[in-house]
Amino acid sequence: MTQIREIQWLDDAARADPVTPIPPGPAIPWRVNLYRIPWLRALLESRWPQFLVRSQTLAGFIFIIAAGLFGSRVGSHNFAIIFVWIAWWSALKLAFIPFGGRTWCSVCPIPLPGEWLQQGGILSKGKGLGLGRRWPNRLKGSWMQSGAFLLIGLFSALTLTDPRVTGWVLLGLFGLAIGLSLVYEHRAFCSYVCPIGGFSGMYAQTAPLELRVIDAEICAKHGEKSCYQACPWGLYPVAFRDSAACGLCMECLRLCPKDNLALNLRPFGTDIRKTKISNRLDEAFLALVMLGSALAFAAVFVGQWGWLKSAAFAIGSLPWLGYVAGFLTLNLLVLPGLFILAVWMGKKFTGKQIYLRREIASQAQALLPLGLMAWIAFTVSFALPKLGFVLGVVNDPFGWGWHLLGTASIASMPDVSGFSAVLQVCLLVVGLFWSGNVLRRLSGSDFRRVAPVLAFCLLFSLSMLWMLVG
Amino acid sequence: MKILHLWRWAVLGGLALAVLFIPFPASATAPTERIFHIDAQRFEYTPSTLTVNPGDRVTIELTATDVVHGLAIDGYDLAMTADPGQTARLTFVADQQGSFRFRCNMTCGNLHPFMLGKLKVGQNLLLWRAVGLFGLVLLAGVWRWRK
Repeated sequence: MTQIREIQWLDDAARADPVTPIPPGPAIPWRVNLYRIPWLRALLESRWPQFLVRSQTLAGFIFIIAAGLFGSRVGSHNFAIIFVWIAWWSALKLAFIPFGGRTWCSVCPIPLPGEWLQQGGILSKGKGLGLGRRWPNRLKGSWMQSGAFLLIGLFSALTLTDPRVTGWVLLGLFGLAIGLSLVYEHRAFCSYVCPIGGFSGMYAQTAPLELRVIDAEICAKHGEKSCYQACPWGLYPVAFRDSAACGLCMECLRLCPKDNLALNLRPFGTDIRKTKISNRLDEAFLALVMLGSALAFAAVFVGQWGWLKSAAFAIGSLPWLGYVAGFLTLNLLVLPGLFILAVWMGKKFTGKQIYLRREIASQAQALLPLGLMAWIAFTVSFALPKLGFVLGVVNDPFGWGWHLLGTASIASMPDVSGFSAVLQVCLLVVGLFWSGNVLRRLSGSDFRRVAPVLAFCLLFSLSMLWMLVG
Repeated sequence: MKILHLWRWAVLGGLALAVLFIPFPASATAPTERIFHIDAQRFEYTPSTLTVNPGDRVTIELTATDVVHGLAIDGYDLAMTADPGQTARLTFVADQQGSFRFRCNMTCGNLHPFMLGKLKVGQNLLLWRAVGLFGLVLLAGVWRWRK
């Protein structure tokens, strides 16, 4: 994360470790500034196009909550379940994140009412409400987002299939986002609590889109710092080292008087081409939680083990407690333990004096392409066979027997199993290759330093492969 | 050096093509008659994995023990339905090799979309070819390290 008040902390952490060898970074990859394209610039400069999309997503979100709370209890016949967990969740993983990073965050409806109250207006700022407190230092980082994602995993079998629970969860998130906006400054909910924000932010580092300053010297000489003043997230673009924190709201682009900000198209994975200079473990932990959750979700939702599905579904029962124990053991002990062991072994193999904590943070970058591809491969299994439900719930969103589109008779879903299995293999192969490439860049010529983490990546890929096509 | 580099990639490409397209030896087992009795209840098939050889004549007897359940096999375009307490039968020839999911095709509860089982017909060639590709990915990585 690159919040302005955290920069000093990052730099101090880096200076505390003078011995870790940092291989020379790769040449700066090519960039294309999309903000120079006239029609796109016009779309981004005005707040109206974004507001129109935001109002649509907000209306859709409220409709989804209503469908969840008042519609059919049968998940496959309810708009809330199908649109949130099949359509939106798939679109996020198959399109928004891999190609646009945090673009979803720029139109996400959940924080909007809170932000409007906080800034005292919708399109312009007025006398806002709220206490404007600073987010507590001890809660910074992505620890809470990891925790929230683990909570989703613990209750996933119920949340993803019961419209009432989905409705209440979304309503709860809505209330929480508004509440946090009224107590804390900026987008505290998005930056530190939202599990999807953590998911999107982490994998946004692999995406071919970034917002960056063009010339840092110009910013240094500009005393007003309009971009920082305008940013609803409280970020200072000069400090961006990656795309994890920026929600792409475009306010800095709109308000920079020097026209010194760019929305760049860049090569995939640009942010993970260099050694991390921080000692922060929260991002490494989040990356491991994402891997563990992908494995667990694959086992529950696309595995053939009915007893596991029943255990995950029966919240509060003894089998569910067993599922909780297994899920938490995988995410909190097995995967982190194996990863730390792999990094430690690499440190021993190479024989050099390496600071373990920074090495964990650095090598964890290799888990990003691995995790992203694993989640996409899982989504192919999870969502493609169920896309046919989308037409059904558009025709009858509440499951009350409506025929809005007259498509009730179109019930068959295309059999995509053969295609999807080949696609999943390709995705996992790409993920492993990409992770290996990240490790190669991180290690320079010292293969022994990263060989154990490469073995960890292979083990994870084989597990996902067996789960999805075995 | 450049020639060596190209040579390595050519070898790697050749190996990838071999992994993808070299035919595996066919099963020597003669096709037989296979009968499976499956109990379907609340998001679970018992047994949940059926293993047969290519060419086997497979009969599935599906008994629903709580509510109406169905069984549709991916890739085979086959489906059946069983009412509570009733047994339905389906016979087919397992003429496609690989691992196929079968899933409930009658809405039976919250986890209905995820009520799945697996039909394994002979070797799962896709799985083994994928493992081979993983090996090649590692080989490519090691070669690039040594470059």
